[in-house]
Amino acid sequence: MIKVWFKSGAPWIWLNAAAVSICMLMVIGILGLVTARGVGHFWPSQVKQFTYQEEGKPEKVIIGEQVDSSVTPAIMAKSTGHKMADNEDVLIQYLIKSGNRDVSGTDFLWIEKRNVKSESEPDDLIVVERREWGNFYGRVLEIKESGKTIAAGSEAWSILQTKIEETLAIFKEIAHLEKKEIGAINYNLERLRLKQRKLELENRLDDNAKEELALEKSAYDVDYKQYQAQLADLYLKIRRDVLVAETENGTQVKIPLAKVVRVFQPNSMSVIDKISHYGSKVFEFLTEDPREANTEGGIFPAIFGTVMMVLMMSVIVTPFGVIAAVYLREYAKQGFITRLIRIAVNNLAGVPSVVYGVFGLGFFVYILGGNIDRIFFPESAPAPVYGTPGLLWASITLALLTLPVVIVSTEEGLARIPSSIREGSLALGATKLETLWLTVLPMASPAMMTGLILAVARAAGEVAPLMLVGVVKLAPTLPLDGNFPFLHLDRKFMHLGFHIYDVGFQSPNVEAARPLVYATALLLVLVIVGLNLAAIVIRNNLREKYRALEG
Amino acid sequence: MSKINNQTQSNSGLQLSSGGTHEKWRLIKDAIARYGVIAGGLGIIFAIALIFFYLLYVVYPLFISASAEPVAQYTVPESNLGKTVLLEIEEQNEVGTRFTDNGKVVFFSVATGKTILVESVKLPADTQIVSFSQGSPISEGAVIYGLSDGKAVVVKHQYKVTYPNNVKLITPSLSYPMGENPLVVDDTGAALEKIAVKIGDKSSTILAKTSSNAPGGSKIRLSHFEKEQSLFADEATLTRTDSVINFDAQSVKNILIDKDEQNVYLITDEGNLALFNIIDKSTPILIKEQMLVSKGASVTSSAFLNGDLSIMVGDSSGVVTQWSKVRDQNNQFTLEKIRAFKVSDSAVLGINPEQRRKGFLTVDANNTMGIYHSTSERQMIKESLGSGVPTASALSPRANAVLVESADGKLNSWTVDNKHPEVSIQSLWEEVWYESYPKPDYIWQSSSANSDFEPKYSLTPLVFGTLKAAFYAMLVAMPLALMGAIYTAYFMTPKMRQYVKPTIELMGALPTVILGFLAGLWLAPIIEEHLAGLFTLFIFVPISVILFAYLWQFFPKSILQNIPEGWESAILIPVIIVSAWISFSVSVPLEGYLFGGTLRDWFKNELGIGYDQRNALVVGIAMGFAVIPTIYSIAEDAIFSVPKHLTVGSLALGATTWQTMTKVVLLTASPGIFSGVMIGLGRAVGETMIVLMATGNTPVMDISIFQGLRTLAANIAVEMPESAVDSTHYRVLFLAALVLFTFTFVFNTLAEIIRQRLREKYSSL
Repeated sequence: MIKVWFKSGAPWIWLNAAAVSICMLMVIGILGLVTARGVGHFWPSQVKQFTYQEEGKPEKVIIGEQVDSSVTPAIMAKSTGHKMADNEDVLIQYLIKSGNRDVSGTDFLWIEKRNVKSESEPDDLIVVERREWGNFYGRVLEIKESGKTIAAGSEAWSILQTKIEETLAIFKEIAHLEKKEIGAINYNLERLRLKQRKLELENRLDDNAKEELALEKSAYDVDYKQYQAQLADLYLKIRRDVLVAETENGTQVKIPLAKVVRVFQPNSMSVIDKISHYGSKVFEFLTEDPREANTEGGIFPAIFGTVMMVLMMSVIVTPFGVIAAVYLREYAKQGFITRLIRIAVNNLAGVPSVVYGVFGLGFFVYILGGNIDRIFFPESAPAPVYGTPGLLWASITLALLTLPVVIVSTEEGLARIPSSIREGSLALGATKLETLWLTVLPMASPAMMTGLILAVARAAGEVAPLMLVGVVKLAPTLPLDGNFPFLHLDRKFMHLGFHIYDVGFQSPNVEAARPLVYATALLLVLVIVGLNLAAIVIRNNLREKYRALEG
Repeated sequence: MSKINNQTQSNSGLQLSSGGTHEKWRLIKDAIARYGVIAGGLGIIFAIALIFFYLLYVVYPLFISASAEPVAQYTVPESNLGKTVLLEIEEQNEVGTRFTDNGKVVFFSVATGKTILVESVKLPADTQIVSFSQGSPISEGAVIYGLSDGKAVVVKHQYKVTYPNNVKLITPSLSYPMGENPLVVDDTGAALEKIAVKIGDKSSTILAKTSSNAPGGSKIRLSHFEKEQSLFADEATLTRTDSVINFDAQSVKNILIDKDEQNVYLITDEGNLALFNIIDKSTPILIKEQMLVSKGASVTSSAFLNGDLSIMVGDSSGVVTQWSKVRDQNNQFTLEKIRAFKVSDSAVLGINPEQRRKGFLTVDANNTMGIYHSTSERQMIKESLGSGVPTASALSPRANAVLVESADGKLNSWTVDNKHPEVSIQSLWEEVWYESYPKPDYIWQSSSANSDFEPKYSLTPLVFGTLKAAFYAMLVAMPLALMGAIYTAYFMTPKMRQYVKPTIELMGALPTVILGFLAGLWLAPIIEEHLAGLFTLFIFVPISVILFAYLWQFFPKSILQNIPEGWESAILIPVIIVSAWISFSVSVPLEGYLFGGTLRDWFKNELGIGYDQRNALVVGIAMGFAVIPTIYSIAEDAIFSVPKHLTVGSLALGATTWQTMTKVVLLTASPGIFSGVMIGLGRAVGETMIVLMATGNTPVMDISIFQGLRTLAANIAVEMPESAVDSTHYRVLFLAALVLFTFTFVFNTLAEIIRQRLREKYSSL
């Protein structure tokens, strides 16, 4: 019976079916994993208070969020050096995020469940998100203004809320002044310096020019002084208030409100509070700059950098890809040359992306960029302008990388257009260009769109070449700002994919950064899956349309 | 297509004859567009050619040979001031320096031979110079004179570059780093017949062989000086420690002391070398005695290679051998002959090491000079010097100029162009015996903090890592992708296929940085903890699938009828989830029961296989995941487009579906499947981010699945941003990129040609 069944080949069919199921499970599993981890990060989790006593040591209190737990069988626990009693089968451990790195030196610790004497979730525990030293967990003691206590005990909490709002407003103002206004002045001063150097190099720096430059410079200096005065004022204000809080073991910690991003009591929050907290965290994630070596805060510069790079790339890749496809389909005689080109295109698609990076670095950055600097920007030497990795070179490199995607997709679209349409147009006396421009290309535009979308999806996820031609872990300025000429193609930029690599693997505090990496990964996956689905939908619609045409 | 083209042309002909200006303009536009589009299309070929040729252009200088040009010849400047004991060239190749045997230092112009300055070394009255040597390392510029009264003088030659009136001016001068008073080396006052010195900021060591005329005979004396800066006075005081090295000093010909003041090499006339450890300056210890030359030959010259880790010994038969201190099997230091260069047929008269690389210049009695590189074993330059036996030679600090003095009183100046001597086919791909290594090995170690580091550019471990990663990835991907393709294309219901195929193809669009991140931070710890579970999974899942399939036949008819054929994979999903869950949950108890602890420890203790958390297994799974969609998509297309009449015919003749599958469909589609595998392999070879994140990036050559690796692509990504433009390292990285490019180029072209053939075959069927 079994023999016959095996002979029929049915088990093989089932095994093949299993392969498909496994592939599907893997895709769904990965997407699910990233989603689950990424979405969960922003939800305010309960803060627990443990009474903890290790063998032979005094009892102590531990406050923190429980982020992970592990179950180790006795035999393994023993091999890693834990003492196990005979009746214990497993060792249960919790990973606690206890924060307070400034006091205790670490912000994560593993504790053993068997040593936990009691566990509670008191309502008055606070979490302080700080700009330095990570989170703080503990209790509010008092609020001080210029060294004087203005509130203590239970009323301190509500005063703290209003105080923090005030401080955040000032903080915003300071950031605006420093980044926007003073940033602009610095930019302009640098521009003046380059102008002066340029005149010097061209031997045109006479007294007239000098005077003009000095005049301009003094105007900026006046502005600068004024902003400095404003800043000093604001700093005085922002440094006035201090939160005094106590840690798990009673140490008093003074937290200047200037260093506080938000304070909340997760244990006393209602579901609606939590949802609004979640919303504000997500908003912060999408719109703010990163803090603390990229492990906290937002990823706005990375999103912005990715979008800019992809836009630039699209502008470059679309015309070239479409022209190449039109040549292959409409102009070239099908023969050896077109076959060669198709193979070349296929090869371009198969070349490892890091090779594009190497090529981009060597050819675009050092050769093209180096020569551009020598010819157009002699005044800024020895500092390179275009002779260093930057947005422009990254976009061109990725355009080259995604060219085959656009070509293949456009060509497919052109091939699907029935020749009757071309023949009809030609028969009516249109030239070939007119036929193309007025009938064929408009009909093929969804195909081009598909190609472009796929190219964008590919470019958004590429990291290896970008590491060589322009991505950095932290860019001080965005490639687009209010300073002339507004779009700075020579600047380095941040990128979502690289951010994942950098924060996940190069960060000094991987444990703290991990949730943020999952959230970033989720965002990237959403963008890319969304783009791909869009491409699939457009392509399917297109097919339907042509089927109708041919029918 | 060609038909349309013809039509256009005839149309245009018509319009031309009737044309007005508007018509003409239309035609001009048409022509412009035509040429524009053709140019654009050919641009694609140009682009790919550009990538290839640019990579080649950067790599090419690695393999061109060096060249040397004679630039000037003149008589030795101030030849009346004594015989040359040392020639030197300063950094800019403008000032040459000649030290003579009677304490004169002649600075002259390298270009013309005109004397710039003559200095005399300050010597006490009534003493003669009996020995001379260059300090170690030679880049410091110190030399030492051994005197007839047991004392020694240390002198440093230095060059100051200034730009008065925007013209470069180099001013040479002499200084006395150990003070102008001669240092006492031998208290009895015996003449110092041979001498060696190492000058440091804090401490210095002098070794000297004393004259046999002194009471007690010839000795090797070691004097160590500690400099103590006094708090108030500018003057530093020197504290001396001295000892005598226990060695038959009479026949010692050369003394070498390394820059760490730890090892002393004594070389005798007969070619015997004694290595002493002088870490404790008061008690030198003999480490090893070694015969350097074969019978009948004698040592004619010797010098440290840059870094002082190995010595180059030239003998009377024209062979230069490299000796390095290495550890043997018993962890004892010994001397090993690393390699030999046949330089000439007659005696090697001088060896000048390069100051920044592991190269050296030789001059020999055959009147030739040669420049060699030790690591790559390349002869870079071999030039005849013309008449006159060479008596002294100098190699400039940047190794781009050579001065040779010959016995007929001439100085020859050469310029040398030798940019990348470190690389040869042999040093890239074969085992190389590096300094201080116990045996030849494949090593990639490109950079280090100091300049006397020996770069190790073996691409073999990287290629090995690349193939290892690709192999494990294909091991995971091939069965899943091909079996999945077979099922999807041939057995699955069209309705399900419509969703399954795009979903699996979507896998291919997932950024590899995310896969790498998950592999490194999520999968690697899980696998480490549940190693046995993973292996159980590989066996248990297929078994439970087959078991379930067998039992499926006995399900009640009512269920079977409701689920038509082609839905097997949907039914199997819960089966797979449950069996995977079971294998993982039995993992830990299983390891405890079978292996008495963890499987990792068992492998380590019982089989001696170490376990890295981020290893080839993790890479294999993660990269397999990335490769599956590529292979799956192409193979599925190939199987799906097998003409229907073939399968229908086979079924009509009574074959089962599975027989039709294996005997008809797979055979017909095999070229397409093959090309899918090739393209998948190409992708696995070039993948960067996954390997970067999921392995430890250690360039080891270890076949073990539990060890890390480093691939060509990851290596480029890691090291490229830090490599200096146009350095050897930079070009070797380009070579790695070129290797990757060529590899994928060949595979993809092959795959593409096979696919095109297949398409033609199908259309003819």
